[in-house]
Amino acid sequence: MEPDQVKHHVLNDYQRDFPLESRPFARIADELGVREEDVLALLTDLQAGGVVSRIGAVIRPNTVGASTLAAMAVPAERLEAVAALVNARPEVNHNYEREHTLNLWFVVAAADQAAVRATLDSLAAETGLPVVDLPLQTAYHIDLGFDLSCA
Amino acid sequence: MRIDDADRRLLAALEDGLPLVPQPYATVAQGLGLSEADVLARLHRLRSEGIISRFGLVVRHHELGYRANAMAVWNVPDGQVDDIGRRLSGYDFVTLCYRRPRRLPLWPYNLFCMVHGRDRDTVREQIARLNTEQHLDTHPHDVLFSRRRFKQRGARYSMRGAA
Repeated sequence: MEPDQVKHHVLNDYQRDFPLESRPFARIADELGVREEDVLALLTDLQAGGVVSRIGAVIRPNTVGASTLAAMAVPAERLEAVAALVNARPEVNHNYEREHTLNLWFVVAAADQAAVRATLDSLAAETGLPVVDLPLQTAYHIDLGFDLSCA
Repeated sequence: MRIDDADRRLLAALEDGLPLVPQPYATVAQGLGLSEADVLARLHRLRSEGIISRFGLVVRHHELGYRANAMAVWNVPDGQVDDIGRRLSGYDFVTLCYRRPRRLPLWPYNLFCMVHGRDRDTVREQIARLNTEQHLDTHPHDVLFSRRRFKQRGARYSMRGAA
């Protein structure tokens, strides 16, 4: 298999059912016809380059801990400063500027609802801006990975 | 679905990702004072019970060349939101589909989809398909493209090392 094909398969085929066995990279290597050290080297590169953020568990929402999606309408001249305050919170894992009056959107996750609420309240106090709390009510489609051939 | 203290510690230990070594579960197990077999059994159980919705590579769309992402939102009647949400989640380019509360007057929408694509035109076409094929044009809707990514990483429910 060509290196590009190996890379494609590693990225596409192991987002959901990564081997749960003692030597998972050896298993992947077997399946792709390469060596364990090749898979480890490739993943090390992909992680260093930011293409892979990690190999790990994606938790179904509301089973462990608590989380919410929050949004703020930040005046344009304050956006970078407020985004930096939001980023500085360890509870925040995603933070994007979006094109809307509500222009800053971020996800807050913590051990429980009270800790999530406290983070939102303290960001509102710190910035003097309202924080809109949009907790998940129903998940119709949870994160099952991203098919590289779909879009 | 039951989670015990060791499960919680295991999930917390994995928040930064599996170490890239030949026997990564053994490394994680050692840090927790568990055996490799116990760690593997726990992960199998958490995955089969659906607490772990997936276990594997978490990729960054932008770095893969999917440079446009939009949050498509609709305000649909409460009685229809479940049906519409289930139908939208059947499209392969919809990566997440959730119901969330409206917050009037600022935010009138109750149905959210994330759509990723190589560029904005692709994403616009995909959302247009949802509107046409699922007859959503009559419902108030909006598309919020992302402009800048300030932060992107996994959730840290455990808050290890938090100030």
